[in-house]
Parts: sequence; structure tokens; C-alpha cells
Amino acid sequence: MTTPPAQPDDGEQVELTPRDASYWAKHVTTLRVGEVPAEAINLNVTGKRVVGPLQGFGRLWQKTYRVELPGVVMTPAEVIAVWKRSFATFWPPSGHFYGPLTSIAPGDVAVLNLSVGGGVKLSTGVLVLYADEESFTFMTPEGHIFAAWITFSAAAAEPDGPTAVQVQVLLRANDPLYELGMPIIVQRREDRFWQQTLVNLARHLGVAEPQVSTVAVCVDRKRQWSHAGNIRHNAGVRTVIYTLGAPLRALRRTPGGGEDEPRAVE
Amino acid sequence: MNQGTSSTMDVRVDGDVSVVDIRGDVTAASEAALSEAYQAANTPSTRAIVLNFSGLEYMNSGGIGMLVTLLVRANRQRQRLLAFGLNQHYRQIFELTRLDEAIGIHDSEAAALAAAQAR
Repeated sequence: MTTPPAQPDDGEQVELTPRDASYWAKHVTTLRVGEVPAEAINLNVTGKRVVGPLQGFGRLWQKTYRVELPGVVMTPAEVIAVWKRSFATFWPPSGHFYGPLTSIAPGDVAVLNLSVGGGVKLSTGVLVLYADEESFTFMTPEGHIFAAWITFSAAAAEPDGPTAVQVQVLLRANDPLYELGMPIIVQRREDRFWQQTLVNLARHLGVAEPQVSTVAVCVDRKRQWSHAGNIRHNAGVRTVIYTLGAPLRALRRTPGGGEDEPRAVE
Repeated sequence: MNQGTSSTMDVRVDGDVSVVDIRGDVTAASEAALSEAYQAANTPSTRAIVLNFSGLEYMNSGGIGMLVTLLVRANRQRQRLLAFGLNQHYRQIFELTRLDEAIGIHDSEAAALAAAQAR
């Protein structure tokens, strides 16, 4: 099930192109952010490596949030097309997604600004690792709360049944500080965030009272102490330091201060 | 939630190393097949499991996620996970997702078996 490229004249053996080739991001060593709106805090993304569940610190969780779309006459591909096109608009107000304006495509890098309580905003990002017609997956950078793959997908709930959409997150807390907050703060916020996202999407598609189910499975209870040093990238700490430095930067911008406000401080 | 995909996974047990020959698609729909293959490969004496990807035709992010859970299961049994038969495209995916940091990738079955036997 691979598609052969054009055969070279000299009969040389060439590797067939797998049919998933266009769905995956190209390999990158570090992330690079494109243009972001002026209101975005663009920190902790450019120059960072992506991390997955293998590079995180905390326990490994698989969390699945799912909602059925009864009465919605759309194929899974049509639902995903809507989701990709307006991805940021379905997020709760506590999060802002600054990605490409048109859609979600493999290799895209987006900046995220997340309210984490107490008036503090955390700046981080995601890489679009994979995107096909019926699903797409994000991978997080160093310093993000989670070392995670987050997959958004749609499928028929059962043969001839309604389409269902889901968010599935395979994650470890990225460092010991985040892991400390996992049981009480982080997990609850994460649950509420994706539940509300699915409710917003379902309502947009015409479901009056969406019912979101949540299933959490601890895949590995072991903490990876060899990755405790991830704390040096902690985006929360770095964003707080950046925020606390705002008055000083404002002072420098006053006439005679001699410094322009940087758009991206890494 | 990609449905209707197909894969076969045959297991060859040779002493303390088991080889899983993967053919077809590796997606979330392959979970039962991969789990069955692991059960067959996991004997009391198994020290390493070698995944043969030379028959791999398609893999999505759900498939990569399953490999992580397989790795967790193997590590729990103190088993190493190795792979061979990955073409350039899938090697790059292993590098991008950083699976290659936990799953040893080799050019051939002989090289993978030699690495599996190394103490």
C-alpha cells in the first residue's frame, strides 16, 4: 500500500513513498515560531526540542475525552476539517492558541498562552506532529507542563452510528515541579479544558447538550528520575520571571531608555 | 480512532529473544494484534523483543502511541525493545518522536539480534 514514485531511467532501485508520508512533520532538531500576533507572549518555544512521553518525568497517563454528535450529518473527515479550520475558537477563554490562520498542517508550530491561575499566564507551544483527514496530533516542547502527544480525532461511534470526536492525551508531567501539581491542580484543569473544548465544538456543530466522557488510565506509575533535570526548561517558572520583569522593560522603553520591546524573548 | 486498518504480527521465539514480524498498518486499531503478539513474545526467559518493521506499510500517530505502551510493558518485565527494517521515512519518524532514544534501531535482523544478545 505504498505509492511508487517515478521510475528513474537507469532502473536504479528507489524506496517507495509510504502513503502516510505527507501526514508527518519533517524532522526538526529545534522548534522555530513564525509570525505571532502582538498580544501573544512568545516564550519557551523557539530553540526548544520537542518531547514525548518517553522524555517526561512523571507517571504516564492516557486520558481520553470523547463526545458523540447525535443528529450531526457529517463524516468524520468533514468534522475534522471544521475542527482544523477553527481550532483556536473552540478553546475555553483560559487558553489562547496562536497558530497559522488557515488550518492545522504537519510541521506547524503554534504558541500557546495558558492562564494557570493567580493572573499568571504560561507561554509555551506545540508542534503539529501528524495530520490526516480524520485526526491530528500535537507534540509538546521542553518546558511545557506535559511531555505529551495529544491526538484529536473523529470516527463513527459504531456502524451507522453518529460521529464521535475525541481528544486523547498520552502524557507525563515534564518535571518534578509540574508532577507535584498533577493530582490536584493540573489534572483537573486539563480535564476541564478539553471537556469544554469538546462541548464548544459539539455545540458549534449543532448538538444542544453535548455529553463528554472522560477516561483516565495510568499506563506507568514509575517516575523517570533520570529526567528530573527537565526542570531547567520549566516554562511556568520562565514565564513568571518574564512577567515580573515587565516593569523594568517598560522603564527601559521610556524616552531615553534606549530599548525596543522584544517580540520574542527566549 | 482510525478504523478498518489491517495488520498481522507473527512471533518467532528464539531462546531469550523474540522477534515480532509486523506487516501492514500500525494504527490504534492494531492494539489487539500488538497486545497478542507481545503476550506470545513474552516468555519467562525473554530478555529482548525485536520488532521487524520491514513489512510496515502505514503508521499514524496512534500507532506510535501504541509503541510507547508496548515499551512500558517491556520495561516492566526488564526486557529491551529493539527494531530493524525501518525505511528512511519511518526512521525519521522514530527520530522526530524521539522513540529512537528508547528503542534501539538496527539496519538488519542480524545486527538487532547481536545487540539483543549483548550483555
